[in-house]
Amino acid sequence: MASAAKNRFKQDEKRRDSDHVSFLKHRKFRWLWIALALSAATIAGYALIDQQPRPNGGTWYGYTLGTIGLALIVWLSLLGVRKRRINPGAWSLKAWTSAHVYLGCSLVVVGTLHTGFQIGWNVHTLAYVLMLLVIATGIYGVVVYATLPASLSANRREMTRAQMLEALTAIDRQLESAAQPLGRDEADLVIAALEQDTFHGGALARLTGRYPRCATARALRGMDSGSEAATRVTALLEKRRNQLAQIRGALRIRALLEVWLFVHIPLTIALIAALAAHVISVFYYW
Amino acid sequence: MAETFQVAIVGSGPAGLSAAARAAMLGMSHVLLEKTDHLSDTIYKYQKGKHVMATPSNLVLRSDVDFDAGKREVILGLWDEQIAGHKVNVKYHAEVAKIEGEKGAFALTLRNGEVVQAAAVVLAIGTQGNPNKLRCPGADAPMIQYQLDDPGEYYDEHITVIGSGDAGIENALGLGADPAQRNVVTILNRSADFARAKAANVALLEEAEREGRLIVRRETEPAEVLNGELLLSTRDGQEAIRCDRIIARTGSQPPRGFVEGMGIEFSSPEPGAFPKLSPVFETTKPGIHVIGALAGYPLIKHCMNQGYDVIEFLNGNADLKPADEPILAEKFGALPGNRSVEEWLEVFGQNILILNDLSTLQLRELMLDSTCHAYDPGDVIFRRNDPGSSMFAIAEGSVAVEVNPADPSITVAIEQGSIFGEVGLISGRRRGATVRAAEPVIALELSRTAALKLLATSPGAARAVNAISVERQLLQMFGSGLTKADVAPLVASAEVMQARAGQVIVTEGADDKDVFIIRRGSMIVEKQIGDRPVFLSYLPAGSYFGEMAVIDGSLRTATVKAAIKSEVIRLPGEGFLALLDANPTLREKALADMAGRRATNAFIEGQKDSFSSAVDMYSQTAQFLVDNGIGEATDVLLIDEKLCIGCDNCEKACADSHDGLSRLDREAGKTYAHLHVPTSCRHCEHPHCMADCPPNAIKRGPDGEVFIDETCIGCGNCQRNCPYGVIRMDAKPPKKPSLLQWMLFGSGPGPGEAPYSWRKKKAEAEGAPKAKLAIKCDMCSGIDGGPACVRACPTGAAIRVAPDKFLTFTKLTEDVE
Repeated sequence: MASAAKNRFKQDEKRRDSDHVSFLKHRKFRWLWIALALSAATIAGYALIDQQPRPNGGTWYGYTLGTIGLALIVWLSLLGVRKRRINPGAWSLKAWTSAHVYLGCSLVVVGTLHTGFQIGWNVHTLAYVLMLLVIATGIYGVVVYATLPASLSANRREMTRAQMLEALTAIDRQLESAAQPLGRDEADLVIAALEQDTFHGGALARLTGRYPRCATARALRGMDSGSEAATRVTALLEKRRNQLAQIRGALRIRALLEVWLFVHIPLTIALIAALAAHVISVFYYW
Repeated sequence: MAETFQVAIVGSGPAGLSAAARAAMLGMSHVLLEKTDHLSDTIYKYQKGKHVMATPSNLVLRSDVDFDAGKREVILGLWDEQIAGHKVNVKYHAEVAKIEGEKGAFALTLRNGEVVQAAAVVLAIGTQGNPNKLRCPGADAPMIQYQLDDPGEYYDEHITVIGSGDAGIENALGLGADPAQRNVVTILNRSADFARAKAANVALLEEAEREGRLIVRRETEPAEVLNGELLLSTRDGQEAIRCDRIIARTGSQPPRGFVEGMGIEFSSPEPGAFPKLSPVFETTKPGIHVIGALAGYPLIKHCMNQGYDVIEFLNGNADLKPADEPILAEKFGALPGNRSVEEWLEVFGQNILILNDLSTLQLRELMLDSTCHAYDPGDVIFRRNDPGSSMFAIAEGSVAVEVNPADPSITVAIEQGSIFGEVGLISGRRRGATVRAAEPVIALELSRTAALKLLATSPGAARAVNAISVERQLLQMFGSGLTKADVAPLVASAEVMQARAGQVIVTEGADDKDVFIIRRGSMIVEKQIGDRPVFLSYLPAGSYFGEMAVIDGSLRTATVKAAIKSEVIRLPGEGFLALLDANPTLREKALADMAGRRATNAFIEGQKDSFSSAVDMYSQTAQFLVDNGIGEATDVLLIDEKLCIGCDNCEKACADSHDGLSRLDREAGKTYAHLHVPTSCRHCEHPHCMADCPPNAIKRGPDGEVFIDETCIGCGNCQRNCPYGVIRMDAKPPKKPSLLQWMLFGSGPGPGEAPYSWRKKKAEAEGAPKAKLAIKCDMCSGIDGGPACVRACPTGAAIRVAPDKFLTFTKLTEDVE
């Protein structure tokens, strides 16, 4: 037991000491180098090997590239399972993400060489195009993962999502009592602001952060600053608008961080289907 | 004159109940005095439906009253029934105000003036104490209450809450929550702000005040309680307000003063000390006995057994063996020599110096929390860098300490009767050296709790451990080559100093010359550069500082202050110099260390001009981490929010690795410069959660993790004691359908913690509800690959670090993207 504890101690010390780099830099770009090596090797092979009658998916080298590509695609798509299955095994999701990103990019080279630049209106090209689309959406994912988290954190200002909504509820409670002395028209504006669903606006509003039908903004525009009550309500409405802006900011950044997955994953499933058709048809007509 | 009872039992908790039932069974004339109108007030006040546990499970229950784990209501019902069945003479509303007299003739004066006569007294009053009464005329008025069970039961009343702590604020908020109850709620605060309460509660209170749901009166005290009115003393003079009910939440008075007032001595002035007791639970005041939590036994089974035992002793049964006899027999059974429990107790009690002062009762109790070991010569007792906070004492034989990690053949002996491992206990850090048995050894391993209890209750033991630990710390700090004789003068002049968080030990520019060793806690070193302090470095327990000024006679070059509550050993500079002069190798080592620190200082100062922003960043980030308690952590989860995409995969992985409940809250917590400290256990050097765990269920595991074992009784003390809010109380959820079933057929809630509604519905369908137990991070102990939160982070945002490794310039300013 003592020796087991000792190993875990060493492992823990290593973790406590150094493991603080992003998935892109993981292990000094290990997977980037592997992906580059794979790409370079396949390009060299393509250039040096004399494929007869012409470079094509059906030569022995073409089959080799196809097999590598297929294996990579199947393995890459397993990230979704890996992410949800933490145990058993001493793996790290960061390493998997790193490999996923770089090996995924190398598929552009492997896949393209596998086609032998023969593009047409058929199921084979469909699979190829789907693959390129999946990679393109993936690159978008990498870019947002690398650039957006800092603004997500800044927008949060140490508040949890639940706290943001609680803060809004607290403002609403104050607004409700402060609006009692207002006239009919102004009171209606405040009621409309209070009654509007915080999450109204749909996907487009969420992604752009623009809410043209925001009742709080409308109420602010419609407030006369004459009476003392109106001044108080205006101040509270401004607070409400700022709180909404924080919530909407969080929704927007989250949406930008997640929206590509809604394309990336269905396309991956379509790609696997097209790939299955491609492989079966190739062997059927062999 | 009233009847004189053979025994008066004060307090009707488990201990008192059991004692009274035994007295009734034996036909002794007795009375059970209870201050409220029901039995067992502490358990009565548990929340409705709370599951009460019965640990330790290996202890047999010896009582005329039954007890087994179950719901509060069932247990209280059973006790009511059995106490009635045994025809116990219970006197309710009988709060004892004072006890006078001598053995054979005690007079117990009750709060209402009535006097109860008894030949002997058994105190079973627990440790809860009595709520502080208002210090103003009318403090006994019937409209004052000290507890609020259900704020929803009062209507149309003017209610004043007195007390500015969390209890008072929560009560006031509860009473003012529903306008339909039409209560006028006022809360009084003696000072201008609510400094003792949680920030969240204060915010809620201020919001309620703004909305007019309740009235907050600051700098106001009650002056007199009148009929239907309360006279207030405010900054601007006296004022009367209408008042139908007063809720007083001004803290409670521990029972110690009351007990000492009877002439009963405690074992030490420490707050954790218990009354001195004979083997038959008799105090230093003949005729008065103390049992239960007040005697140091917080668990229900212990209490009930003692109730039985104390009455048997009082009834003249001298042969009764304590109920723990079989447990001790089993403990000692593994040791060689075939000795009886009494013989072993004598061996341990007499041979081990720090146990010499203990009574048999204390010794037995200590043994229950300790482990006995027998080692053959050469056996490793513990290794360097093993985590461990237990302390060992040698009953027979001797051990060898490998003082030089590079050369195991260099050893120092520790002889029979002495102790070792105390550095781990005091500093909370890993073992400093490997210890082997030098000859056949019988050793006692005192758990951290048992050792701390011993130090708190036996001043002699505390002094001995202190002296030994200072000496060893000196020897360990200076490495090999020194002997006890070398450091003896320094040990004699050393002084242990307590430092509260933030306290300055050394001030930059001062010309004092002492040297300090950090014994527990940690320190930060700061230097004034330009107009603000710059963080230089973090010093964990075991490091020393202040030597530069001594060696080269210069002024202090930096300020050193406590990062958290700490203990330092102060060594007079002259003694330290004398030691260096006598040992040239030591001087060289000190000079080398000094050069290292000089280099750090120079580096930071040099950077200041060229990369001023990086230094600021480092200094402020380090200060932020220290402010957030990282200084007392051993392994803490941090999230780099420049990388965190908010996927919560860390929380999901945590839940899926541990019975379906997450032990961390990613979003909650503070952030500075995108470095986020989530709500998650830091595995403190001296865990606050361990402070008051009745079954001692919180332990430090083999990888340094602080974990809660299966003996948890769900009392919630650890949750309340944790300053970081990382412990949650929840029932183990039902099993989820597998990942494949979820992915293919959508069955179950999917990866991560299931929503509360799903857990509740499923648990109800499965039958008997499970007890809510304390759960916290165990650093994924026993899981291949280490902490799941870190492994499951797709971008590398989640890291777990140790402060001594992370609070450095390179780490805090490195570019991770």
